[in-house]
Amino acid sequence: MADATTTPAKTLATIPAGLPATAPALPPGMGQPVPRYDARAKVTGSAVYAADVALPDVAYAYLVTSAIAKGRIRSFDLREARALPGVLDILTHDTIGDAIRPVKFFTEGGPASNSVVPLGSPEIAYAGQTIAVVLADSYEVARDAAHRVVVDYAVEPPSATFGSPGAVDQELATQNKRHDDPKVGDFAAAYAAAPVTVDAAYATPAQHHNPIELFATQCSWNGAQLTVHEPSQNVYGIRAGLAAQLGIAPSQIRVLSPFVGGAFGSKGGLTQRTAIVAVAARKLGRPVKLVPTREQGFTVATFRAETKHRVRLGATRDGKLQALSHDGFEVTSRPDPYAVAGTDASTRMYACPNIASNVAIVRADRSTPGFMRAPAETPYFFALESAMDELAVALAMDPVELRRVNDTAREPIKGLPYTSRNLMPCFDRAAEAFGWSKRDARPGSMRDGDWLVGWGCATSAYPTQMAAAAARVSLFPDGTARVETAGHEIGNGLYTVLAQTAAERLGLPVGQVSVLLGDTDLPPAPVAGGSISTASVCSVVAQACDAIRARLAEGGAPPTDVVAALKERGMGSVQEYAEWAPHGAPKGALGLLYQGKAQPTGGAKLQDRIQFAFGAQFVEVRVHALTREIRVPRIVGAFASGRIMNTRTARSQYMGGMIWGIGSALHEETEIDPRAARYVNANLADYLVPVNADVVDVEVIMVPEEDTLVNPLGIKGIGEIGIVGTSAAIANAVYHATGQRLRDLPLRIDTLVTGA
Amino acid sequence: MRPFLYDRAASADGAPAALALPKDAARIQGRLPAEYLAGGTTLLDLMKLDVMQPGRLVDITPLERREGAIAVSDRGLRLGALAKMSAAADHPEIVRSYPVLAQSLTLAASAQLRNMATLGGNVLQRTRCNYFRDTAWTACNKRSPGSGCAAQGGVNRQHAVLGTSADCIATYPGDFAQALMALDASVEIAGATGPRTIPFASLHRPPGSTPDRETTLAPGDLITALLVPAAPWTRRSLYLKIRDRQSYEFALASAAVALDLQDGVVRQARIALGGVATTPWRARDAEASLVGRPVTPETAAEAGRIAFAGAQPRQHNAYKVALGRNTVARALLQAATLEG
Repeated sequence: MADATTTPAKTLATIPAGLPATAPALPPGMGQPVPRYDARAKVTGSAVYAADVALPDVAYAYLVTSAIAKGRIRSFDLREARALPGVLDILTHDTIGDAIRPVKFFTEGGPASNSVVPLGSPEIAYAGQTIAVVLADSYEVARDAAHRVVVDYAVEPPSATFGSPGAVDQELATQNKRHDDPKVGDFAAAYAAAPVTVDAAYATPAQHHNPIELFATQCSWNGAQLTVHEPSQNVYGIRAGLAAQLGIAPSQIRVLSPFVGGAFGSKGGLTQRTAIVAVAARKLGRPVKLVPTREQGFTVATFRAETKHRVRLGATRDGKLQALSHDGFEVTSRPDPYAVAGTDASTRMYACPNIASNVAIVRADRSTPGFMRAPAETPYFFALESAMDELAVALAMDPVELRRVNDTAREPIKGLPYTSRNLMPCFDRAAEAFGWSKRDARPGSMRDGDWLVGWGCATSAYPTQMAAAAARVSLFPDGTARVETAGHEIGNGLYTVLAQTAAERLGLPVGQVSVLLGDTDLPPAPVAGGSISTASVCSVVAQACDAIRARLAEGGAPPTDVVAALKERGMGSVQEYAEWAPHGAPKGALGLLYQGKAQPTGGAKLQDRIQFAFGAQFVEVRVHALTREIRVPRIVGAFASGRIMNTRTARSQYMGGMIWGIGSALHEETEIDPRAARYVNANLADYLVPVNADVVDVEVIMVPEEDTLVNPLGIKGIGEIGIVGTSAAIANAVYHATGQRLRDLPLRIDTLVTGA
Repeated sequence: MRPFLYDRAASADGAPAALALPKDAARIQGRLPAEYLAGGTTLLDLMKLDVMQPGRLVDITPLERREGAIAVSDRGLRLGALAKMSAAADHPEIVRSYPVLAQSLTLAASAQLRNMATLGGNVLQRTRCNYFRDTAWTACNKRSPGSGCAAQGGVNRQHAVLGTSADCIATYPGDFAQALMALDASVEIAGATGPRTIPFASLHRPPGSTPDRETTLAPGDLITALLVPAAPWTRRSLYLKIRDRQSYEFALASAAVALDLQDGVVRQARIALGGVATTPWRARDAEASLVGRPVTPETAAEAGRIAFAGAQPRQHNAYKVALGRNTVARALLQAATLEG
């Protein structure tokens, strides 16, 4: 752990418009259900999001995207578009030159979420690729002109997905040096010898995040200084990547993202649009605003790629796993070897002496996939936890008991101890709340009139990870304090839990603390991804607060009343700057932090231990006996994720994950035309997400857990675990209702009504 | 969206004639025929997508006072074409005596859209076929006659299994039209040659070889009202809509049914299908199969089978045959339990 250091007091940054000067006054203390710091600003509409920032004399950009997935642009006919009054310029690969430099994909050490150079060449890598940008005095003119751009393509037949002609299969281990397929013992022999086995194939579809806030970017130059307004989960990362693309120093760029209207992974990476807007603004000599359409968002940002799985389980007749194998297959783009490789987690959930796994990727003519809420665990746990249910059926064993007999305090690959693991308390608490003991295990046995009723359950888990972070905390004689760090509020409640952390550590009312986030002028914080923010940033803020107390102690006992101590010592203010790195962080982690490259560590990646949060979800489904539509009237989730900083915001996060799990199981699928490798339902009428009527009764149970190994505050991440396992619990409940085992997501009427 | 001329209609009589383009219309580039604008919930959407490029819009919402009335009499309903979906859906007499109409409206769209969209515009809603709505697909006979049909070999889970042709398999998306079909409604039209009334069943054209021509309306024709005759079956009627999510989605399959029962035996049945056909679809053979018989799981299932006897599924929509049959059966069984 790095020592706290002090830096000279700097002028405080301005509070973003819409935020209160300080947090709402409420009882102090961590764990309290303190209302969200930014709630009033958001519900009253005064919070200023990236696209809301009013820049003087702004020009509007509208993207032209590729109609084809593979081939090249022979030529543009821009005459009609350019002739429209109000059109300022049209940027294409012909006109932009080499203004944007290539940067590497993130698994290869670069900042890019997609290594195709923006407007870099006439080559088309995927349908929906940005091929031109119209700049105009108004949005309407820009859009009109974009529709008048005529493109002459040389079309080549694209490869859309698994099994498409021309798609290239590769072992992930050959494409990503950091990937290692977990295995232990002799799976083949143990599987052959096991008295009870399951061998099943599962599939999950492509899905898109569709945050309410679109992928806006605004750029303005002041001389050599560039300001970027963009909703981001990683402002330092965007800054570093953009600086490399533009060939300027990171210090010449400021990225601002105080509010994010939904991200879920889609705003974590450097997309093509940022550099394009920056170059456009430089070229025009005026600020440029881009708000891509909903449809364009499907290819402007990343997505969750479709996956396939084969899971084989072998067990003794009393349910003890003897053999477990998980093969994953994932789609990625031609240039970038993106993969989520959820076998890292799925092979480590249960005690089992013989484990094999493999991850293969398929390169197709698609945009590069990326992180989406529990990127690895969501698809891989659908497969694992469906297979566990199939095993329970084969064993005629209660699925909860199957998890119990295979519960373990050590992960089975290397035998490393879990820092804490409360999986079975989660199952027991949730089962009790759900009424699981009343379940008749026979499929189709529980009926309510014309509706078949099914109950199912599954394990949830998510790696507990953290990354290096820095923060500055200031204490003033009027009894207020300020927290400054470039962390990200993405609905995770970071403003609120940081105010709570500082209030508790300094002994102040939480209403006396103000928080600034999402600005590269602030001390760096890591990407808000991998459920790391609260653990990482609260840790460093606590450290800075402790340093303030230590400074005021002047070698003696830390004062109980810091404000009185401050005044007593005649100080105008006291400010501490802290840096923090988690257990297992690599050497140089703090240096990388300032470069926007702070790497999450933890989970199954540590040498000496394994860190996970656990949960259990129970679902009731109803399937109509004739028309076979599936409804989910209730869902209960219990989670043990270390110390809960704020039960109000935590409940929202768990619940949001579970609700998304309903959508992921029943509704969401990005449909791909196999002939053109193009999405066909890129809009929110046809890309379905659950509506209120689909979400009836959701119960969240927080199981107490103390784990001060993960970090001194005992915090595990909770942002993603809620979606993990939900889809399997629903599929398992559908099996229980109907006797039909659906192994492909989304679970749909199509299969149930035809009995296929 | 491309620039267009915008006019507001002064009266129903004036509106059709007003579609004659003014002299200055030539300055609008790429000008195409004029369109009436009512709630705009389909038209403006398609204009933003560049699917429709009218050179001129005639806003007929000023006619609402006259053409937006809902009148109930012993002979039936007169639904002004400019009445909002929500007004008809919430009308107490429609809810009580014509439940299939009210339900088809309530189960459509969202409250916001129902408060904007008009009944006349609703029945003319254009297909949600994604190959029609995304201009990156060059092959769409509906959007660009003679260009082909990308949906035939594409992702066609949403597409029609009834009334399709080699040139188009796009599903008629609405709900209300099925209820009107089932209740033998007719359409009152103000046209260039004066007012006329046609059966609702002859408003929509099957795609055939001209899927771009969706209705039998002539240029300048304006729907002014929908007329629903009173009948013994209107009270025992319902709309069943099956979809992937509970609300705010187009039908995978739907059925508007109405029954005239005497002592449990069907005297008359009315069945219209949505979500499965290229036009609002009346299942007359299925209706006939029920006459003189009670509604039982067997007769209802048989009616469902007959309704889909001519279905032509594609790669991804074969489930609509089984789903459609079961939707008809479920709707009939449910309707038979209603008070007459």
